[in-house]
Amino acid sequence: MTPLPQPHRKTPGNVAIGPAAAFWIGFGVILALLVVAPLVLPPFWRRFLTEILIWGLLAMSSDLLIGYTGMVSFGHSAFFGLGMYGAAAALLTSDPPNLWLAILYGLAGAAGAALFVAYFSTRLRDIYFAITTLIFSQIFYVIIFTWTAMTGGENGLIFTRPRFTIPFLVDMRFTPAVMHWFVVALVAGSYLLLRRITRSPFGMVLQSIRENEARTRAIGYPVERYKIVAVMLSGLFAGLAGVLYAVQNEFAAPDFVFFITSGDAVIFNVMGGIGTLAGPIVGAGVFQLLRELLSRVFGDQFPYLIPLGMVFIVMVIFVPQGLLGFARRWLNR
Amino acid sequence: MDLILGFVQSAPVELIIVQTINGIVTGMILALVASGLTLIFGIMDVVNFAHGELFMLGAYCGVVVFALTGNFWLALLTAAFLVALFGAALQIVTLRPLVGRDPLTTILATFGTSLILQNYALWQFGPVSRKIGEPITSQFTLFYLQYPWYRIAVALLSAAIIGAFYLFLKHSKFGIWIRATTQDRLMAQAMGIPVPWVLTGVFAFGAALAAASGVLFAPLGGVYHTMGLDWVLKAFIVVVVGGMGSLGGSIVAAIFISLLEAYASIWVSPAQAVIVSFVALILTLLFRPTGLFATPK
Repeated sequence: MTPLPQPHRKTPGNVAIGPAAAFWIGFGVILALLVVAPLVLPPFWRRFLTEILIWGLLAMSSDLLIGYTGMVSFGHSAFFGLGMYGAAAALLTSDPPNLWLAILYGLAGAAGAALFVAYFSTRLRDIYFAITTLIFSQIFYVIIFTWTAMTGGENGLIFTRPRFTIPFLVDMRFTPAVMHWFVVALVAGSYLLLRRITRSPFGMVLQSIRENEARTRAIGYPVERYKIVAVMLSGLFAGLAGVLYAVQNEFAAPDFVFFITSGDAVIFNVMGGIGTLAGPIVGAGVFQLLRELLSRVFGDQFPYLIPLGMVFIVMVIFVPQGLLGFARRWLNR
Repeated sequence: MDLILGFVQSAPVELIIVQTINGIVTGMILALVASGLTLIFGIMDVVNFAHGELFMLGAYCGVVVFALTGNFWLALLTAAFLVALFGAALQIVTLRPLVGRDPLTTILATFGTSLILQNYALWQFGPVSRKIGEPITSQFTLFYLQYPWYRIAVALLSAAIIGAFYLFLKHSKFGIWIRATTQDRLMAQAMGIPVPWVLTGVFAFGAALAAASGVLFAPLGGVYHTMGLDWVLKAFIVVVVGGMGSLGGSIVAAIFISLLEAYASIWVSPAQAVIVSFVALILTLLFRPTGLFATPK
């Protein structure tokens, strides 16, 4: 999982391109493609792409825990869901509905949930961590599901998309294309930020916890505190994904707080490649594409999770490094 | 003072006794589910996310056999046997390749399995809940209501299965193999115990326990494709509260949690009563993170 020093590749003109330059070129090209996409794609596929990016952001946030800290979280549905309901609360109470307030409320909700989950579940390790995060996310599900007066219970909350505003600069209707660009900007920003975090001294400590927790503790790092901060950071990005999903679809529903959403995030991670940040986005894309493909070929009623679940198990057993890890190893050969 | 008095009066003694019996009945079913989960975890280091789906699969097997033969007890035995076979196959295909790898990978594999099974059940049987008729229809008078004997029978039967299972683990040859494998897998192998098959057998046993509890529960709550979710979540709470890998601990914790929920549902709806078991879990994690009855390794 540790990034290996990559050999400099020679271009035809014998000009060496360093790995850093190669990364920024690749990043720029993909970003440009994503920015141009809504201008050329039909509405259905544009929406599809926007949602892949949002799911990718959720998966990427949980990669900070799974891939870099070695903690498999089954509690991300709580952070995602609190992000959704936080956005809903802001959009239903503020007049006129304000986008930035929605993000603020959503992040605050997700951070609160993350602090609660982190405080208790970081006392445990490995599988125990996975199980307790799952149970704790269910606490939020039960509360949201049963507190009908506040959350709309089973039906959830419905609202309208706010206008897209940047104070003193922009005030326009939030069209799907603008939504797409907004998501692209936030996901790309989150990616760069997470990449920076994982390469910072803080990120190095997280990776050292993953490799050998006892030794990290012996060196003198307050492991619990690092873990709590890691869960909270991860929860914030998951909350942002929740806000974006809510704004994109104009509703908040309890189904997304159920732990199956956390399971999806884990599946995207494993399919794309844990510990790569970009991998989970690829995983989300591949998963959604396969799902769309299956339901187009076999009809809407087709239980697409049966073949996809099989693909997932096969990947856990035979390709544990995921698609991106596999491709990377194959390219380096 | 008035508040406390009102609170006590809102729960008459009869109601508390009825809820105690209800709590013990659900607690025994839960203990059966959780003991399978604990067994698989304690011996194989596998957290079986698909345990609830094995429970559900058992219940559906029961539905099918009951529809064919009309005999509940035959349905119970057949379901346990078929799901045990299925569990063995599942272990060989998905878990055996993961032996020796990080236990976290087994969470992923069993999670995938649970998704597949749940969607298979939805696809095969549809979203409508099915029901099995109670094999014992007689009732007895308990204060103001007619209490079905079947519920009492379920509690006794669950206790009997767990007891038989304990004796089996303690005295049979296979049971001794299982315990040897738990203590030291490598040494057991060196002594000629077929460890891979012991692991397969353990998973099959756990699956059979889950299936049996599924069939026993079917007349009480109906059979539907997501029925396993509630149970596996509760079983996880029980296993954490009772101490991972401790069979006795999970049985005590199962009854304890179910009683708590039964009492709580005197005042709030059953859906909200679940929160009480969450609170029990939080308190356990705060004061005894290894669980109440954890055996030191």
